[in-house]
Amino acid sequence: MRKGTLKQILLITDGCSNKGEDPAATAALANQQGITVNVIGILEDEHTEQPDGLQEVEDIAGSGGGVSQIVYKEMLSQTVQMVTKQAMTQTLQGFVNQELQHILGPGQTMEDLEPEKRGEVMEVVEDMGETSDLEVLVLVDTSASMHDKLETVKEALIDLSISLNARIGRNRFSIFRFPGKRKSIDKVFDWSPKLDAVSTVFPKLTSGGITPTGPAIREAVYQFGKKRLLRSVRNEADIDEARQ
Amino acid sequence: MKQTSTKQGSKLQPGAVITGKWHQHVYKIERQLGSGAIGFVYLTRRNGEPAALKISEKGTSLTLEVNVLQSLAKVQGNRLGPYLLDVDDWIAPDGRCYTFYVMEYVQGQAVQSFIERRGFEWVGVFLLQLLDDLDQLHEQGWVFGDLKTANLIVTAAPIRIRWVDVGGTTQIGRAIKEYTEFFDRGYWQMGSRKAEPGYDLFALAMVIINMAYPNRFEKGAQPKVTLIKNIQKASPLKTYETCLIKAVKGQYKTSREMKKDVVNAIDRQQKNKAPSSKQRQPNESRHLLVESGSIAMIALLYYLTSLILP
Ligand SMILES: Nc1ncnc2c1ncn2[C@@H]1O[C@H](COP(=O)(O)OP(=O)(O)OP(=O)(O)O)[C@@H](O)[C@H]1O
Repeated sequence: MRKGTLKQILLITDGCSNKGEDPAATAALANQQGITVNVIGILEDEHTEQPDGLQEVEDIAGSGGGVSQIVYKEMLSQTVQMVTKQAMTQTLQGFVNQELQHILGPGQTMEDLEPEKRGEVMEVVEDMGETSDLEVLVLVDTSASMHDKLETVKEALIDLSISLNARIGRNRFSIFRFPGKRKSIDKVFDWSPKLDAVSTVFPKLTSGGITPTGPAIREAVYQFGKKRLLRSVRNEADIDEARQ
Repeated sequence: MKQTSTKQGSKLQPGAVITGKWHQHVYKIERQLGSGAIGFVYLTRRNGEPAALKISEKGTSLTLEVNVLQSLAKVQGNRLGPYLLDVDDWIAPDGRCYTFYVMEYVQGQAVQSFIERRGFEWVGVFLLQLLDDLDQLHEQGWVFGDLKTANLIVTAAPIRIRWVDVGGTTQIGRAIKEYTEFFDRGYWQMGSRKAEPGYDLFALAMVIINMAYPNRFEKGAQPKVTLIKNIQKASPLKTYETCLIKAVKGQYKTSREMKKDVVNAIDRQQKNKAPSSKQRQPNESRHLLVESGSIAMIALLYYLTSLILP
């Protein structure tokens, strides 16, 4: 059976947006179009408290149907992985809950099942998580304050592809940075099943002080759409290539 | 990991009472046993017997752990995971719902403090015991996944090493569910995160290496080189050096292959040691060390004979 493809945007940032529309609103729109928005907020090591700007992290993921987490950069690898997998489970569980409502009646969720029966349902969710295809568009904030964090972000992303490629389902990743030179986002790495090759192209330079998170998410959603169009134009060879 | 407030919700104080929503069992919390990424583990009682209760806001993760424990329980004479006693939901005073499960309390001490007190000779015993358990687990189609020092408990009478926390336990062929960097071969760039016996054997080697390096070490620019060098540098690991290097390089496909090598290595070390151990030094502390060492050797001998004689 051909399983559906899960689509995610993974936003990695260290601060608050300061340009363009409200990112929580664009995230909500993305979610409406079947794309989950996850957000990771990176804290500076010296910070003892959570800066106010990072409240936005929760808001974006909240309206984007995704997962958010705020971490110190040392923990980034594990977090990126955990957030992505949790969001997959969450999305799949959403599907399963819808199905359950058909069976159990409206308003019923997994929590209304006895713990014993829940296990069987979770097994289905787990199977789907293992086998479904996944597309992750990574959106990296490269505004000036991110400068000393980009190396860690790169490693975390390579690590993410190691984890996800251990699954049975297929993966595709792409990386965009924001703000872009002229547009709101610039492509760093085109759709590909692996991220090992990202080392050479990953940005080291940061750009300016503006953080147009809202427009960046909007553009990312557009990129998902564009890819779908392209794919239907191209022939099967392209898809086969992704299988490797 | 720096967890946000969500996890704190399932934190309980000693004396707290939890009643299951479905099965109505009542559990009184005695003290905390540990905590981790998923939730908290507490000591409680069930029918008067000590038991461990794990509670979390991440109901789905707990449900998956319960699935694993139930499936392991079908194995005869199971010691592949704590025995599962109950699964239920608890409605907290604030109206939130937490899933919990109650399992056998594995009473013992942390493996690191055991080794510190009783001597490094025990490492060989534990290595063989763990290889046996892994062999059984792999036979059942599972890989333990998150094998690490913190998940190992040494029980007394008989002294045996056991693992708790099946949160990482994954069906063979799938992606490892949960891991810890130092013990993960992907982190060391020495293999994939696919669940296969070799994944556990790598982690097991790291557990042993961790015993010689309680503070662990950084992977550096060349992780593989760092790792192999550190194995060769540690004199307590001399006996197991070849086995450990083969394990981290992924050269063992099964626990049995590795066990054979470990048994031979210990055997060889015993032969070399036999004549010199008679010349005792007058130094008292050294005397004690030799003493406890010989106890471990007797334990090891028993263990080996029990393996040979079915
Ligand atoms: N059955 C048990 N008997 C005794 N102690 C236990 C038991 N289960 C867990 N513990 C203790 O509680 C600690 C935390 O439990 P556990 O590892 O299951 O939690 P976790 O949230 O999955 O943690 P981790 O982040 O390590 O995966 C363990 O390291 C162990 O010391």
